[in-house]
Amino acid sequence: MIVLGSFGAIGGKKGRNERMVWFMLRRLMAAIPTLFIVVFLSFMIMHAAPGGPFDGERQLPPEIEQNLLAKYDLDKPLMTQFYLYVEGIVTEFDFGPSFKREDFTVTELIGQSWHVSARIGLSALTIALFAGATLGCMAALNQNSWIDYFVMALAMTGITIPSFVIAPVLSLFFGVWLNLLPSAGWNGGSLSNMILPVTALSLGPLAVIARLTRGGMIEVLRSNFVRTARAKGLPEGLVIRRHALRAGLLPVVSYLGPAMAALMTGSLVIEKIFGLPGLGRYFVDGALQRDYTLVLGVVILYSTLIITLNFVVDVMYGVLDPRVRASQ
Amino acid sequence: MTDAAIGGDAGKITEIKGRSLWDDARRRLFANKAAVTAMILLGLLFLMAIVGPWLSPHGFNEQNYSYTSGAPTLSAPTGEGGTTFYLFGTDANGRDIFSRTWIGARVSLAIGFVATAVSLVIGVVYGATAGFIGGRVDNLMMRIVDILYSIPHMFIFIILLVVFGRSGGWPNLLMLFAVIGALEWLTMGRIVRGQTLSVKEKEFIEAAEAAGVSNWTMIRRHIVPNVLGPVVVYMTLTVPGVIMIESFLSFLGLGVQEPLTSWGRLISEGAQEMETAPWMLLFPVLFMAMTLFCFNFIGDGLRDALDPKDR
Repeated sequence: MIVLGSFGAIGGKKGRNERMVWFMLRRLMAAIPTLFIVVFLSFMIMHAAPGGPFDGERQLPPEIEQNLLAKYDLDKPLMTQFYLYVEGIVTEFDFGPSFKREDFTVTELIGQSWHVSARIGLSALTIALFAGATLGCMAALNQNSWIDYFVMALAMTGITIPSFVIAPVLSLFFGVWLNLLPSAGWNGGSLSNMILPVTALSLGPLAVIARLTRGGMIEVLRSNFVRTARAKGLPEGLVIRRHALRAGLLPVVSYLGPAMAALMTGSLVIEKIFGLPGLGRYFVDGALQRDYTLVLGVVILYSTLIITLNFVVDVMYGVLDPRVRASQ
Repeated sequence: MTDAAIGGDAGKITEIKGRSLWDDARRRLFANKAAVTAMILLGLLFLMAIVGPWLSPHGFNEQNYSYTSGAPTLSAPTGEGGTTFYLFGTDANGRDIFSRTWIGARVSLAIGFVATAVSLVIGVVYGATAGFIGGRVDNLMMRIVDILYSIPHMFIFIILLVVFGRSGGWPNLLMLFAVIGALEWLTMGRIVRGQTLSVKEKEFIEAAEAAGVSNWTMIRRHIVPNVLGPVVVYMTLTVPGVIMIESFLSFLGLGVQEPLTSWGRLISEGAQEMETAPWMLLFPVLFMAMTLFCFNFIGDGLRDALDPKDR
């Protein structure tokens, strides 16, 4: 993604804007087919499933089964079903009825639960970004000191130990043994109930961000433009804040997409462990009960979010990094 | 290494007692204390995964209803008047956590290695093909990898397992191997392609070609050893990655099914009972974390040892 072009290649202002638009269009042309492929493949896999959604429990009379199939559009040809499904999502944000919770549509189930996942996910992302970048900077500015070693040891732990191990241990330690915080439950989203899940969820991305920031900053602090800034006699604090940070944090920007994906998958287990009524838990329950439409809806929603975010990050990268900007 | 040596026939090269890349790498790896410790620990873990379940008098599925959710002890009632021992305690069904932990280790490690092997085969073939052919084919093949990259894998695993996988027993395990391996080859493919591309252009390949080295010798002696380093390093990092994915899926109840167990399942069961029986959580977590740490330290050590830039 990073194309190292020469700085001399920057043309007139108009040419640059034009290039930027082309760049965005090209990225969009990659993002839309990707999304289509994800939706198409998930849809087809779901429909290739052995046994229909109404098999198993009891034998239905053929007329009733016919009615049921008609209600869920399952009697139509596969491509028509796919078309109707996509049309429903695009025009009305309608993901169809839930197969297992008959009184609900998938959209209603998502509507009930998304805010829980969004709250813990965004809190975890914010914490991971700020704490991770701060720790990474501290490590880079004190390379090979005890601070550096401590941060890197912490990062190694965060990367190797998965969240579903950290979460129960945190819950056991702070919730059960020390009895400081509630060990599980949502309680309307009160702060004390959010601390443990958000900590457990943010630790993995935090560790990666700390490592990326450290690497980026160490490289940038040795680069020519930072030397120039220092040679001009700028105070060290200003050199770091105004010159080094912007370039040093670029690797973190490109990690935003994967970070989001990590948080979404992480929230599946975190919500299960802490008993939070979020989207992840609906998804897991749906998967265990083979509620195809619910699973499909959540996958499509999450994939759209991730692919959109990746697109935004790509464009942002183009704006932030003069090297990419120049080469477009 | 001199060009004259390469220029001669392959038989002569082995006569020269030189320092090969691999000798150097081995020396450097064994000088790395963290990596050596990790290798010893991992060796012990492997050993326990093989013999561990037999060291306990209780089978991993054997229930003892007179000692359920029991703490680790040397004198537990057997239910027939005698006493027996449970080193790691028992779960809610009175099953021995010790043998369950090592059966879980067996399953988790097996999935880690087999899925890594699947991803290795796909990745090496795909990457090498793209790298050797180059041009448009390469471009297209790499765009496909880009697209697959931007798909959230965990959700695809879950969809596939929901649809095909939850039958229990070996078919289920095979499904897990295949599904994880089939999606985790992307990075391997990229690495192999990049290596192939850069090795293909190196002067020593040109020199060997000029000296009339046959194609097969060229691949065996020059290309493969140079591509292998990063592949081995990445493999060591794929195994813990796969173990984590498997545990994640098993934790959610989608991976390994009863009566078999894995670390993920054990941790999941332990997390539910942690207030009453913390040992159910403690031991699987401890050994899984240890395994993941060991693999990462060995991977880092290998990377340092095989990086020719350090020489």
